[in-house]
Amino acid sequence: MTGNLLEVRDLRIGFTLDHGTLEAVRGVSFRVPPGGTVALVGESGSGKSVVAQSIMGILPKAARVMGGHILFRDPGNGPDAPPVDIAALPRDGTAMRGIRGGRISIIFQEPMTSLSPLHTIGNQIGEAVELHRGGSAAEIAALTREMLGMVGFPDPARALRTYPFELSGGLRQRAMIAMALVCHPALLIADEPTTALDVTIQAQILKLIRDLQAELGMAVLMITHDLGVVANVAEEVVVMYHGRVMEHGRRADIFHDPRHPYLKALLRAVPRFDMKPGERLVPIRAIEPDATRLTARRVTPPEGADPNRPVLDVRALTKSFTIRKRGFLARADDPAAHRVVAVDGVSFQLRRGECLGLVGESGCGKTTVSKMLMRAIRPDSGGVVYSDGVTDTDVLTLEGDRLKAFRRTMQFIFQDPFSSLDPRMTVLDIVTEPLDIHGIGSPAERKAFAKELMGLVGLDVRHLNRYPHSFSGGQRQRIGIARALALRPEILICDEPVSALDVSIQAQILNLLKDLQRALGLTTLFISHNLAVVDYVADRIAVMCRGRLVEMAPRAALFREPRHPYTQALLRAVPEPNPDRPLDFDHLAGARASDPGAWPAPFTEDDAHLPRLVEVADGHFVRRAPMIRTEGTAA
Amino acid sequence: MIDYIARRLLVMIPTLFIISVLVFVIIQLPPGDYLETLVAELQSQGEAVSQERIAFYRQEYGLGEPIWKQFAVWFWGLLQGNMGYSFEYEMPVADVVGDRIWLTILVSFSTILFIYLVSFPIGVYSAVRQYSLGDYTLTFIGFIGLATPNFLLALILMYLANQWFGISIGGLVDPALRDAPFSLEKLLDILGHLWVPVIVIGTAGTAGMIRRLRANLLDELHKQYVTTARAKGVPPRKLLMKYPLRMALNPFIADIGNLLPEIISGAAIVSVVLSLETTGPMLLGALQSQDMYLAGSFLMALALLTVVGNLLSDLALAALDPRIRLGAEAAR
Repeated sequence: MTGNLLEVRDLRIGFTLDHGTLEAVRGVSFRVPPGGTVALVGESGSGKSVVAQSIMGILPKAARVMGGHILFRDPGNGPDAPPVDIAALPRDGTAMRGIRGGRISIIFQEPMTSLSPLHTIGNQIGEAVELHRGGSAAEIAALTREMLGMVGFPDPARALRTYPFELSGGLRQRAMIAMALVCHPALLIADEPTTALDVTIQAQILKLIRDLQAELGMAVLMITHDLGVVANVAEEVVVMYHGRVMEHGRRADIFHDPRHPYLKALLRAVPRFDMKPGERLVPIRAIEPDATRLTARRVTPPEGADPNRPVLDVRALTKSFTIRKRGFLARADDPAAHRVVAVDGVSFQLRRGECLGLVGESGCGKTTVSKMLMRAIRPDSGGVVYSDGVTDTDVLTLEGDRLKAFRRTMQFIFQDPFSSLDPRMTVLDIVTEPLDIHGIGSPAERKAFAKELMGLVGLDVRHLNRYPHSFSGGQRQRIGIARALALRPEILICDEPVSALDVSIQAQILNLLKDLQRALGLTTLFISHNLAVVDYVADRIAVMCRGRLVEMAPRAALFREPRHPYTQALLRAVPEPNPDRPLDFDHLAGARASDPGAWPAPFTEDDAHLPRLVEVADGHFVRRAPMIRTEGTAA
Repeated sequence: MIDYIARRLLVMIPTLFIISVLVFVIIQLPPGDYLETLVAELQSQGEAVSQERIAFYRQEYGLGEPIWKQFAVWFWGLLQGNMGYSFEYEMPVADVVGDRIWLTILVSFSTILFIYLVSFPIGVYSAVRQYSLGDYTLTFIGFIGLATPNFLLALILMYLANQWFGISIGGLVDPALRDAPFSLEKLLDILGHLWVPVIVIGTAGTAGMIRRLRANLLDELHKQYVTTARAKGVPPRKLLMKYPLRMALNPFIADIGNLLPEIISGAAIVSVVLSLETTGPMLLGALQSQDMYLAGSFLMALALLTVVGNLLSDLALAALDPRIRLGAEAAR
């Protein structure tokens, strides 16, 4: 074991709280060989990030190492030098500061907040050089520029002078990586480096880390909750749960021969592309929805309804936003330059009882679409027609009481279960508020119905008088679902309902939504950036890019036979939790995947080419130039 | 950037115009005018009033004219730099204000400097050593400063200085030197007197500023970019100075615009108590006797100072914060 770059031995870390000490890490041991890649996997609260912080010596004030060793053998000190015990070093002493950022570096999850907005990229990266290597200002600038070029900045010299807020999320994370690697550390700790990024950017960043690792000969400690990432980058895997190591082994063993029940459960909880039809995810903590009265609540269409009529017909929705300059005397220089088309002619139909998945990267306009359907934003043009099977209603022209009445039919589930519940309302108030607004039932009836809803989402009715803060993220999301169901809607719009949740909870919520949809006969629009999740819940999938629908198809057809280059790039970039099907890092689409001008013919979109949705197979629409002998089946 | 400054300067024109209307209306609100006050006062003292003088004033300043016309005359004068004529002092407002405005500016700027010099290190200390004994002690003293009325503090200081040192600290200049031409001796004398009003006027502002800086800095200290810098190996002191402190400065600078008028108007009562030859007591007197042009010009000067102060603080913010400088579009 002497050859290890880093060896963590029986590490214990406690947090001092008002009422005693909480042990967040309880005897963790693992090692990182020189040049190797180790993944530290666990859900939030498992203590994995605390371990990373202790290796960096940047634990929060309330935390302290209560026992164990973190032995770091710096290859730069020569082969026979004794290892340094980081756990015993004073946190802000010279020795620790020399290691921190110089020999061991870290990159964080949030590229948006990890860089100081007041200093240029060049300044912040150069600072690391200055601290650990020294040199003249020109030398530092040269080194920084070289590093920025290595991490893929198109114009490194210019990048030196840019501020973080001028960059996209992907470029910020690249700048962060440049900052971590500019001193050529022996170990890079990547703490959820791609969690906040879109899937195509994630693949690029993973490739970048891998390439630089080979080039600089450093080891990587990857901290993540994403088993797909683990399967693609790690050589060894350490699985943590509640501050302890559950299982530890080589990647193949971990995925093919999991031993510990927790790891087995974790693997079963992740949506995969190769799931058999009808196969269900198994949540780690399964919930038991009270199904007794489910069928009684089923939405029944009125007499003589045409079951083939779409519930919602969305026609050519368009919305552009004007980015306003500050000051009321601002000149309207060039209005076109400050208009952003967020949604551009989006059309689709929601069929009764189906779940349509809407997929796209951040900023593609999928949330704007949902807000327009909910009448939270007024579209510039286009139409939304609701049909109960007999009569049609133009949703966009509804006003006053008719709009209020219509709102009962369509409800929304939000992404963030923490900010979408009022912390000053009890669960009972939250769940019955929609009934209150629409004046449904007496208080006693509402309370009875609230109890029923709690059963529906598998929550204890005794919790009705509690406040949201006493619930976990998954429980809160279930409260949000109960609230959305209170008005017995026909249509449910779910905007990234599981992206803020841990893997195990994710499976629980997905199963719940699936069951409820079937039992209550709901029609669902499921918005997500996660293709595997959409694959699990949706019947049909629509793919959006830059405000336009580029492809729409039944679920199986889309995954079997993606036609549009953007869909293909998206599918290629998803890391699967299966080491036998690794990402093809050499054929990543790169940043141009989402540039409509760079798509090959017949998909190109620019001033000269204006493709439209064309039906290429039964129910399979692709945005492309019209084919010869087309029947004009644009949806 | 030049574009931005030009735009801001343009916006100042309507702002100041609206303020001037408001000022004029408010001054005219009490019944009567200065001449009526004067006549009543003189008659109560049994003196005869020269009808010719009154008629002359009425004619000269159009006091009999409708209010909008009076305003127009005054405003037109202001534009030409003519602040009008003080009835009470019987000389042009500019001459009345003259010296006093410089003393006011001296007191105000010393006070602002005092506030910044004292509150800055204390605020930083309080934030970095949150909940330490020092933090609690300084916070406690700060709250006492915030809660004590300024004039009371002035009285206490005057009493103590008299009692212990046997000196009079009222005024800004020793009576013997009041009419003397400006000299080194006079300057030193002014500086000797200056500390009392500066402390008295500055305490409340200092306490408020400490609280704000502490709160700002505490917010920033736990941000991710601070951790990033720590992970880079930046030494603690340099880290504090370069990253969170710089961010915490923003509200500090944004406050300059508010601080100026607050100090000048808040100092009026203290100036009366300490008999300082600043503009505060004069404004008070002018408002009482309805010496409308004197009061009006004063208030306009205050308004101008506020508007300019705000512009300066905005420019300083833009210089310090690239997010403001480079536009809000990118700052998402």
